[in-house]
Amino acid sequence: MWIYLLKRLFSLLPVLLGITLLVFGLLHLIPGDPAVILLGERATPDQVADLRQQLGLDRPLPWQYLAFLNNLLHLNLGTSIISGIPIVDELRTRFPATFELAIAAMLVALILGIPAGMLAAVRKNTWLDHLMMTGSLLGVSLPVYWLGLLLIYLFAVNLHWLPPSGRISVDAGFSFQPLTGFYVLDALLRWNWSALRDVLAHLILPALTLGTIPLAILARITRSAMLETLSQDYIRTARAKGVPEFWVISQHAFKNALLPISTITGLQFGTLLGGAILTETIFSWSGIGSWIYEGILARDYPVVQSGVMVVAIAFVVINLLVDLSYVLIDPRIQWQ
Amino acid sequence: MTTNVLSSQRAAQRFWQSPSGRVGLGLSIVLFLLALLAPVLHPYNPATDRNYLARLLPPSPAHWFGTDALGRDILTLVWYGIRTSLLISIVSVGLGLLIGLGLGLIAGYSRGKVEAVINWLTNILLAFPSILLAIAIVTVTSPSLQSVMIAVGIVQIPIYIRLARAMVLSLREQEFVQAVRALGASPLHILSRHILPASLPPIVVQATLSIGTATLEAAGLGFLGLGAQPPTPELGTMLADAFKGGYSLTSPWTTLFPGLVITLMVLAFNLLGDGLRDSLDPKVGSD
Repeated sequence: MWIYLLKRLFSLLPVLLGITLLVFGLLHLIPGDPAVILLGERATPDQVADLRQQLGLDRPLPWQYLAFLNNLLHLNLGTSIISGIPIVDELRTRFPATFELAIAAMLVALILGIPAGMLAAVRKNTWLDHLMMTGSLLGVSLPVYWLGLLLIYLFAVNLHWLPPSGRISVDAGFSFQPLTGFYVLDALLRWNWSALRDVLAHLILPALTLGTIPLAILARITRSAMLETLSQDYIRTARAKGVPEFWVISQHAFKNALLPISTITGLQFGTLLGGAILTETIFSWSGIGSWIYEGILARDYPVVQSGVMVVAIAFVVINLLVDLSYVLIDPRIQWQ
Repeated sequence: MTTNVLSSQRAAQRFWQSPSGRVGLGLSIVLFLLALLAPVLHPYNPATDRNYLARLLPPSPAHWFGTDALGRDILTLVWYGIRTSLLISIVSVGLGLLIGLGLGLIAGYSRGKVEAVINWLTNILLAFPSILLAIAIVTVTSPSLQSVMIAVGIVQIPIYIRLARAMVLSLREQEFVQAVRALGASPLHILSRHILPASLPPIVVQATLSIGTATLEAAGLGFLGLGAQPPTPELGTMLADAFKGGYSLTSPWTTLFPGLVITLMVLAFNLLGDGLRDSLDPKVGSD
């Protein structure tokens, strides 16, 4: 098992190197001098020369790339041009926010998408199946930022049921000190029920918005995987033996349909981290996505560069974890 | 030849039997016609017709979709926005298709080191969530219509590399390819005359579905301020203007119609792609 794990980790190296090479290359593809871009047009020639030397821009490109890798390994990602805050510090506070949102969105997708897909498969070619599949097709066609605006308009502006933006109310009359940056977890750890209610209320609309596409995809995949397993001989045998239909579907069919479902769940989770940029922007969610957006608006290249790289690395690592989870889901797959 | 004609006829028959295919084709034709006819039939000029006295007016007989913060007619902007979105999507999918198909065919046929390098590039591109990669590319190339086309096109490349490579790997050992190879045909001839035509059905399906995803990605870039720049009307940019201007919630028609049209465009190509898949590859489509 450990040899397999090491092999898989080793196989990630070329891709991780490629990601760093691409991200490093992108900053150097920007027309003009990176030092001028980082300092702004009003910088004096002396300031530019100093920064060039400080960043090693006067050295050959391969040296610069190695220095970039060295800094990355030492978690030295530089500082934001606009705020002056070290990027690692920003990542420490923003990554939990994005991760919490992605987990909530995935829960929405799993809780609604899998039963919808199962129901569609069991009631194949009925109005229910057509309704579910039309809904899922609509779900993958919706621009999430538009859906977010509609949900805010309906549930926050008109009905006043849920807050329109942010992660927690600033004037709600309770004090809240985050511990881990995962606000739901922090509220639970501190036994702060008022904060928990408030945090959950803030989480609902962004999670629904971000979870819509994976929900739709999961419903389609679950339906397709369930139809595949429901047509197998062992299902016919189970039914012939008089096993209750609920048991046939939940224990025989669903368990065997789990592999494609888990693959898509993992892939979608990685995509959620990237897709969060649009949702976080709409809901002023202080995660990596909105940070990248602010970086784009302010031309804060180190922020955009680091944000993109961190999400890409997280995406690759999550895909590896999904691959490894196959062994747990399907005992026929061995650690090889 | 007769077999080819028969199978094409069967595919066409299956396509017409598929409701999603028919609806998708109908919607796509309407969208293309609207895009083509925009300069002829548009009620106002999107670049010049501004009426600051008619700012943020709700839908009315004079302005069916209302007006925006600059007093421009939203119907006209949306109409031209369809044109821009279709242009971006088709050019970017064409770009991704051409490069991806070429690299995929080479990777699948040549194997060895060339294949390893192309696979490595594919894995790197696939390591980035698509919208993020597009953002990274547009950020460094500075926002413009061309940058969006290139960025969305690059995002599409790995999909076609994977697809084309898989097709070549499955076809290259088939008897008809081996027979042509035994007759002394060059790799270029085998790829272009025999493998490529046989790979076309799944590629056509993927290209149709890609137009939908490209539309979403391009509108997403527009929403982030990285899309087509003013005065070019673009659907994502319209949503961004309403959102950043703070009137998306007070004047909801400024976001309702552009968003609806984006959804309709993506839905049209998804339905068309589903219909084509059902007709060209009935085994996959049967579920």
